[in-house]
Amino acid sequence: MSKAAGQPANTDVDIKTGRLTPQQYDENFGDIHPPLDGNNAVIEANRCYFCYDAPCVQACPTSIDIPLFIRKISTGNVRGAAKTILEANIMGGACARVCPVEELCEQACVRNTQSEKPVKIGQLQRHATDHLFARKDAQIFTRKPATGKKIAVVGAGPAGLACAHQLAQDGHDITIFESRPKAGGLNEYGIAAYKVPDDFAQREVDYILSIGGITIKHGQTLGKEITLAQLRKDFDAVFLGLGLAGVNALGLEGENIKGVENAVDYIEALRTAKDKSKLPVGRRIVVIGGGNTAIDIAIQIKRLGAEDVTLAYRRGPENMSATDWECELAQTNDVRIRHWSIPKKILSTGGHVTGIEFEYAQLDKSGRLTGTGDTYTLPADQVFKAIGQTFVAAPLGHDAPQLTKKGRIAIDHDGLTSLGGVWAGGDCTEGQDLTVAAVAGGKRAALAITRALKEKKYG
Amino acid sequence: MADLTCKIAGVTSPNPFWLASAPPTDKEYNVVRAFKAGWGGVVWKTLGEDPPVVNVSSRYGATHYNGTRIMGFNNIELITDRPLDVNLKEIERVKKNWPDRAMVVSLMVPCNEDAWKKILKRVETTGCDAIELNFGCPHGMSERNMGSAVGQVPEYIRDVTSWCKKHCDLPVFVKLTPNITNILYPARAAVEGGADAVSLINTINSITAVNLDVMAPEPVVNGVGAHGGYCGPAVKPIALCMVAEIARDAACKNIPVSGIGGISTWRDAAEFISLGAGSVQVCTAAMHHGFKIVEELADGLSNWMDEKGYKSLDAFRGLAAKNFRNWNQLDMNYDIKARIDPDKCINCGLCHIACEDTSHQAISIAKQGGKNVFKVIDQECVGCNLCMHACPVDGCITMERVDNGKPYMTWNEDPRNPAAKKTA
Repeated sequence: MSKAAGQPANTDVDIKTGRLTPQQYDENFGDIHPPLDGNNAVIEANRCYFCYDAPCVQACPTSIDIPLFIRKISTGNVRGAAKTILEANIMGGACARVCPVEELCEQACVRNTQSEKPVKIGQLQRHATDHLFARKDAQIFTRKPATGKKIAVVGAGPAGLACAHQLAQDGHDITIFESRPKAGGLNEYGIAAYKVPDDFAQREVDYILSIGGITIKHGQTLGKEITLAQLRKDFDAVFLGLGLAGVNALGLEGENIKGVENAVDYIEALRTAKDKSKLPVGRRIVVIGGGNTAIDIAIQIKRLGAEDVTLAYRRGPENMSATDWECELAQTNDVRIRHWSIPKKILSTGGHVTGIEFEYAQLDKSGRLTGTGDTYTLPADQVFKAIGQTFVAAPLGHDAPQLTKKGRIAIDHDGLTSLGGVWAGGDCTEGQDLTVAAVAGGKRAALAITRALKEKKYG
Repeated sequence: MADLTCKIAGVTSPNPFWLASAPPTDKEYNVVRAFKAGWGGVVWKTLGEDPPVVNVSSRYGATHYNGTRIMGFNNIELITDRPLDVNLKEIERVKKNWPDRAMVVSLMVPCNEDAWKKILKRVETTGCDAIELNFGCPHGMSERNMGSAVGQVPEYIRDVTSWCKKHCDLPVFVKLTPNITNILYPARAAVEGGADAVSLINTINSITAVNLDVMAPEPVVNGVGAHGGYCGPAVKPIALCMVAEIARDAACKNIPVSGIGGISTWRDAAEFISLGAGSVQVCTAAMHHGFKIVEELADGLSNWMDEKGYKSLDAFRGLAAKNFRNWNQLDMNYDIKARIDPDKCINCGLCHIACEDTSHQAISIAKQGGKNVFKVIDQECVGCNLCMHACPVDGCITMERVDNGKPYMTWNEDPRNPAAKKTA
């Protein structure tokens, strides 16, 4: 039995701009979590037990002293709370908004063990950092005496910015080379818009740069305007925070036809669009993938006015890398999630996608994913691919650092690559592809760079 | 169902829950609302000589703790600021309309016999059940040589009490101030003066907080503040102790006690009664939540009494007072150790750090499968209870008795006591 869903392929492509009223765009892309007000923050802060050797801290890649900053909120020392956060994680404001807290700190909260809701650590963190950024005395960092050392950072994403900020504190001068016109990396170009409204990513970048000693050069792409070899010659140390430039392909015929798009490209267009009503939005949408990017595109295209959005994933719900909270958010946004669906064939008319055929999947006796032979078809005006991103090593040039088996830059526990004087961190290295992990990686490398420069271990 | 009828010093009320002399009992309107809600009695807000006092604006300070409001409360309000006539007429009318409820009238006039004689004659005409002498108010009135200025001098207490007994037939409750070093001196003075009962505690001298912007004590009155009387849940432990001291003091001759101090729940009331209190007086809890709380007070006390098989208040009154001893009467052989239930442990580490940093280093911490596991080191554990109190999970840490039935041995009998050896 084929075409189990029984829907004919779409023949009338329906892609439009301006599906919503201006007011609807504002509502749909406003703040998904309204911030805690002062009184509610204190009530929530008082739920924290101030644990010793707290599990939440252990679960945080940047080891923020969570009990301490929450206690500071409870006593009205909100500026001090923000200081505790930012000293551990300079992007504590972004992380408060985008971290999968339900898998990190909040999952570890001992309140869960009491069959209660965890302390809202993410929301409290946002409360504290928002408070600080709104103050005139927001600058809490100082720079050590100038060392005269110059360091190149490639990529102005979370890893690069975190690295640069720590290096600036240590008294070095940093030049960040960034190919895009704005700094912030995925916080600016990749995170779902409703998670970081009101231009938060740029406000945070401004805060990071306000320490001084950091220059960002835009329009500088590794392998084009700059080369690793030249940076190694011109600077005392180099940090690579390159991110992931490649996108996994479905491996299906016709995946480059009109209407089939990479989710990350569309999200970038959405994030950079001055007017969201100018974005082309299909009536029927299929998203392929099971991670947070798939969720992000599915929800955002729905919020742009798509009528019918289906997220299709090869395996079962427990295999999705999107968190339960993300999946629930998708479902409450009227996104349908279909598991056990392997994309088989892209259907098109006149060079434009009209639908996609899936084969039902199951695990065979040895636990491998196999198709059942039965198929179904979903009509689609747009198909978004969100099946993972890849590191593209070519821009590193001939004298590139070694890569891991998974094709990311290999680093030691300090973030040092196989090349002397070259460190790396963030998504271009292995580990969790999260803002918080990138910040941790950037900071760790910065501390190692300062140590190395003091000891002159290379060069 | 348990009988909550309360009899104390000749005053009967359908339950032991009285509203203390304070703003909630200042006038007919409030008191009638209280009686409709189910309160067993009231002590009418203190009457004084005309012309009435004048109160300031900004009267209450409060201690809020960890998000809980009004854990402690203070006031700088004085006695009633309404004419004596008005109050007396209302008292008479309310008592007539609510004959089964206790109507006690609080009084405070200058410390001379004539002043007391004069007001007593007028109060008696209202038909009230008793009078309560306000020797406690620590602010404002004390500066006029009344209130706690009287209550801090046992001789004055004795004299005023005896004047009241001489000039009126009503039962006399003497309300004691806790702002003294030993509650027994004023209590014994009241007994000597012929008091029928004592009420305690009145409020405690206090500054609830300092306004760090104004740099003045709260509650701030135009840039400055005065000390006020502290009450509410925070003062309950102090009040319990003072009530218990009187209950076990031979010289106090089992004088009936109307217990006051932070009573907010039926359990608080049961504790006061078990330490010897007859009626209990409530103020802060009502000012925080309204009169309806009396439903919980009465129902909770009644259910608990049913569970325990106490048919009347007298059945458990004073039972805990019998077990209130001096430290040197405690059992030196009693030994308990902390026990941590690993199934209930939530890994907060508070037991460990409390013991490690501030006590006996008797709770070890070890990583097991990525989690911390806490274990009690019996040799180091002195059975102090700190970990049990710090643990946020009910029943996770319990104290197990391990002394294996050694005989009861007081410090006076303990061979380790140098003084005991000398006398032996």
